[in-house]
Order: sequence, then C-alpha cells, then structure tokens
Amino acid sequence: MGEFLWIFISALLVNNFVLTYFLGLCPFLGVSGSLDTSVRLGMATTFVMLVTAVCAWVLNTYVLTHAPYLRLICFIVVIASTVQFIEMLIKKLSPALFRAMGIFLPLITTNCAILGLAIFATNRGYGFVEGIVYALGAGIGFTLALVLLAGLREESELSNIPKLIQGTAMNLIIAGILSMAFMGFAGLFSTA
Amino acid sequence: MKKHDNQARDELIKGIWRDNPVFVQVLGMCPMLAVTNSAVNAVAMGSATFFVLVGSSFLVSSFRNWIPKQVRISCFIIIIATFVTVADYTLLALVPAVHKELGAFIPLIVVNCMILGRQEAFSSRHPVRLAVLDAVGMAGGFMLALLSLGAVREILGEGALFGVHLFGANFEPWVIMILPPGGFLTLGVILLFFNWFKVKKDEFLAEVASVERSES
Repeated sequence: MGEFLWIFISALLVNNFVLTYFLGLCPFLGVSGSLDTSVRLGMATTFVMLVTAVCAWVLNTYVLTHAPYLRLICFIVVIASTVQFIEMLIKKLSPALFRAMGIFLPLITTNCAILGLAIFATNRGYGFVEGIVYALGAGIGFTLALVLLAGLREESELSNIPKLIQGTAMNLIIAGILSMAFMGFAGLFSTA
Repeated sequence: MKKHDNQARDELIKGIWRDNPVFVQVLGMCPMLAVTNSAVNAVAMGSATFFVLVGSSFLVSSFRNWIPKQVRISCFIIIIATFVTVADYTLLALVPAVHKELGAFIPLIVVNCMILGRQEAFSSRHPVRLAVLDAVGMAGGFMLALLSLGAVREILGEGALFGVHLFGANFEPWVIMILPPGGFLTLGVILLFFNWFKVKKDEFLAEVASVERSES
C-alpha cells in the first residue's frame, strides 16, 4: 500500500508532469486562459491517461514482448483509436459528459503527456495496478498545474502589465516560479 | 527560373529566423525545455529532430498524391513514428551515454507538434524539393533555438560550455538554471527579447511610413 501511495504522490507533486518533466506544455500554455476550461481539460486528460495506462499494460504484456521495436508505433495507433472509440461511446451514452470534456479528447491524444506516461510506465516496469495509480497521480498533477496557472492568469488580466511581457513570455515566467515552488516537494519522501 | 530560385531560398531561410518554430510560432516546447540543460544534449536532440523532420517531410511530400485526405494525420504520424524509431535505435548504438540522458524524450519526438505541423501545413501540399528545403530550414531554426537555450543554461548553471569549464574554480554555479525552473525562466526571457524586437520593428516601420506619407 505504501508503495502505491508513493507512486501517486511522486507523480502528483514531486515529479509533476508539467512542471518537472515539461510534458503537455502545449495545452498548459494554450488552454489555461480560464479556470473553468482548464478544470474540464484536466478531467479529460486524467481520463485519457487512465485509458492509456490500461492500453500500455495490455500491449506490453501481450503484444510487444515479441517485437519491442514496434513499441512507439503501436502505442500511438492503439491509444489514439481507443480514445476515439471511447469518445464516440460517451457521445452516444451521455451528451452532458460529452459536452463537459468530449471536445478535448481528440486534442489530448497526441499530447506528449499521454505518450510520455505510457513510455515512463514501460521503462519503470510498472504492473497493472501500479500503472493505474501512476496515471491517476500524473493526471491529477497535470490538472493541478493547469488550474494554478489558469488562476494566476485570470488574476493577471485585471492588473496592469507592460505590453512587452504579455502573452507567452509572462506565462513561461509564471510557470518557472510555479516550478520552483514545486521543487519544495522534492524532500517529501526520503527514498528516491 | 529566377523567381523559382528565390522561392526556394525563401523556404529555406524563413524557418531559421522569421518563422522560427520555437521563438515565433511557440511550437515544440516540450523537448525544447526538457533536454536543454546542457549544450551536448541540445545538439543530440537537435540532430535527431533534424533527421526525423527532413526524412518525414521527404516521404510525406513524395506520397502526397496517394495519401487519402481523411486519414492523412494518421498516415503522417505513422511515417514520423517510423523515423523516430530509427533515430532512437541509431542514437542508442552510437552514443549510449547521451541516449540514456535524453531517455524518454527521444521517443517523444513523435508528438512534437512542430513536426506534424510542417507535414500538415507544408509538405503535403508542395513538391519534394521545396518540402525538403522547408524542413531543413525549420529543423535548423529548431536546432538554433535548442542550442541557444542549452548554451545559456549550461553557462549559467555549471559555468561550462560543451563540458569545458569557462570561469575557473571561483565560479559559483547558478544551479537553478539547469533544473526545470531554469528552462521556463530562460525561455521566458528569450521570448521577452523577441517581443521587444518586434515592438521596436513595428515602431520603426510606422515611423518610416509616416515619413513617406509626409513627403509625398
């Protein structure tokens, strides 16, 4: 149990996907304009990450043991089509849920955070449950970083900022400061 | 013929400065920030991306009339993934140490939005020669951006460049620069510089225009 907790906290805070590994920066910088959108994007990403973890485990256990060099192509094709399939399913079964996060699903599939999750989980040899816990931590960590940045950006819209620094430059510097804050979590667990 | 040559040169040069994929279009940020903690890593990443981009642009452009419109994105991704796998195994064979340091970021070249963006916006609509020139320019611009970021971070964070120490023993390294926050901060400052440059240029052009108007 302790090990699962460690995997979860590590993916959530210590090795936060966005602020430490720089994964998923495109949505991080692009969609973090409003708090509401970023919460929904975060939910959708967490969901896709869970699907990815399951796909990656199935592929690694049953398919790729014979042909490891096809790993990359397999991951991309399988993850993208599974997400597409689930998107259709949600659209059919629950229009409300589809409106909440459906539009983001195809966008997220080709996000580096998703593929990164699959590759990291493979490299570390995570089993089924470990993979799911890792995906959950990474997804919630991504949401956390996104929501923090969106909150700061909403605040900054009301303040008087020099024209030069507006836009991506400011967002990157905010992200840098957030990243510094997250470094404080590095001492949370003594075993590395 | 003359006009033709000019166009070819334009496609080559635009990626390096005017449409620089990182500084101007802000694409391909993830590998950009993750691997630039030293100049050597930046060069390795830059070369891998160069190979992948030029190779897949060549292939996509050659097959552009055979790829059905509806499934083009999937086709592009499979072509890119193939080249990335080749690059991954080549680096593993030639420079295992660097490969280990870059780790998962070599396979992640697949999802570099800059590469897919070039296939969609350029290679799938232009003949092979122009597509390859465009890819060389864009990859060159990407490499330039990686290298400038990597060099700045390595000099400030370790007092070295390509592993050669520059300042002697008294230099106190600014460790944060080679850690993740340094990546965000350095790129933020570089983009700030580009904004400043653009504002100055706009002011200058407006001034020239007003002078011309008053003269005429």
